Amino acid sequence: MADTKEIAIGDIQARGEEIKSDRMSLNVGPSHPTTHGVLRLKMELDGDTITYVDPVIGYLHRGDEKIAENMTYNQFVPYTDRLDYLAPLANNVAYAIAVEKLADLEVPERCQAIRVICCELARISSHLLGLGVFGMDTGAWTPFMYCFTEREKLYDLFEELTGARFTTSYTRIGGVTRDVPEGWLDRVEAFLDEFMRTVDELDKLLTRNRIFYDRTVDIGIITKEDAIAYGITGPNLRGSGVDWDLRRDKPYCGYEQYDFDIPLGSKGDCYDRFLVRLEEVRQSASIVKQAIKKFPPGLWYAEDAKKIYAPSKDKILTSMEELIQNFMLVTQGPQIPAGEVYFEAENPKGALGFYVVSNGGGVPYRLKIRAPSFCNLSILPKLLPGLMLTDVTSVLGSLDFVMGECDR
Amino acid sequence: MNLLQTLDYLTERDSVGHEAYNCPTDKLLEAMTYLKNELGFSMLVDVTAIDNGENADSRFTSIYHLLNIANGELVRIACDCEGNEEPEVPSVTHLWPAADWHERETYDMFGIKFVGHPDLRRILMWDEYEYYPLRKEFPLAGHEVEYPEPDIVERTDLKVKAAPMAGGPFVASTSGPMSKSEPVAKDQSWREYNDKPE
Repeated sequence: MADTKEIAIGDIQARGEEIKSDRMSLNVGPSHPTTHGVLRLKMELDGDTITYVDPVIGYLHRGDEKIAENMTYNQFVPYTDRLDYLAPLANNVAYAIAVEKLADLEVPERCQAIRVICCELARISSHLLGLGVFGMDTGAWTPFMYCFTEREKLYDLFEELTGARFTTSYTRIGGVTRDVPEGWLDRVEAFLDEFMRTVDELDKLLTRNRIFYDRTVDIGIITKEDAIAYGITGPNLRGSGVDWDLRRDKPYCGYEQYDFDIPLGSKGDCYDRFLVRLEEVRQSASIVKQAIKKFPPGLWYAEDAKKIYAPSKDKILTSMEELIQNFMLVTQGPQIPAGEVYFEAENPKGALGFYVVSNGGGVPYRLKIRAPSFCNLSILPKLLPGLMLTDVTSVLGSLDFVMGECDR
Repeated sequence: MNLLQTLDYLTERDSVGHEAYNCPTDKLLEAMTYLKNELGFSMLVDVTAIDNGENADSRFTSIYHLLNIANGELVRIACDCEGNEEPEVPSVTHLWPAADWHERETYDMFGIKFVGHPDLRRILMWDEYEYYPLRKEFPLAGHEVEYPEPDIVERTDLKVKAAPMAGGPFVASTSGPMSKSEPVAKDQSWREYNDKPE
């Protein structure tokens, strides 16, 4: 086939005619399987080559920041579930830590360990989806099914811990809603052992897969300089070889006690971003195991924070003081001193930041959510032009974004 | 790092965990260029703004968070915008491309004009939208506006309606007598006896 084509083109050239490619404008999304949500791309093509891209976002804009200004700190926790809805537990934790920093509140070690386990399980769950869907985008169906089977088990664990599979709302300012259930940690450990085998299989299915290789290697290269200039964070930044991980460089939640490696890409192409995620899943599993091993005793909330964390139910029902305390917390919200704080946590998608401005009282004056997916997508107008149309799926799959977080 | 000595027009700003400075509008670009080129703040983490209230002296403050990836230093620069009705502040897109979308979002939500931005248009709301949602006078429920597609409106008479807020988020006020501090929705625009938001 290739030969006949070449001869045909040669004929045209021999006749002195110019080869012309069609220019067209193409709209992808907002509802399209490759855009993983409601991203819309307005593209201009020259033949199969992309010449111009204008991403249109905002289809999932719900005004979370406006909503936050109208409710108490704890009332906003369920809204954080709906930012990066593939890792709600990690969002809960990031939000709680931001407000606690403003209140200058230290949570006990046990609470920190629970939060670390939550964050890392959320990372595993989110990356599994990212890897599985990336495989599917490039034509491999099986890894997607493997990943979803594992995520289903994770959801069962989340349900046991928080009462909800998806919208967990697990943290409160000053702690978490409840302690880990009996035997839960053992079940997490059993899951991790089982799950490592699936990761190995996933590795074998994709990493040296010829089709996957051809569709990702040298495609969508983000240089180190570009990654930093565009504010890209998370696995996408590390895929470009920038050694930056908030868990190690600005430890929170006691991450400094755990021993883990930070995988880095060398080139910054789609394949590197895939490899980084694959290794991060393994590292997360190792962190969870370490956390379970030295799981500290004690309370899962800050006991002395009487104006911030609600007392336990049996005390509310039997003691006057706790009853009043609970009433004030429910009606007026946790009392946070005036000031402003910016805190960002290393979430599966990148650095999720909360900028909280408080005038005192139970309601934030302003709350800004710095969404990693928003920043990661902002490089598309630079990244896509010059690539082929088929590469769009690879690039979008490798960036692993969530529109719920991007649009807020 | 002591910025106050080298850049004497900065004033210290209240912050938890890292340094923060106020910067006058006309010196913003100078300070930002210095921070980026001399002090190595290579990553612009975030741009946003605060609405200080309708009666405030300077109503809008734009906020920048910068990160030095080499040593992990984070700094916040706050800059009061010029003009209260049509606030303006210089754009930093030529220093950090990341500012492009962040400034568009801030313009979209607050109506702050970033002078020098190459393509300042709405990003989250649609282009025809006429309000700035994160300004304090904007009601939580929103305003009823025209649906942005004229041909659909012609056939269906569709409108973008204000959100039904009945039940809204309940928050008690912390001041005043007990009888007034019963938890009520902060935004009362949905109440039957109030005028519906327009």
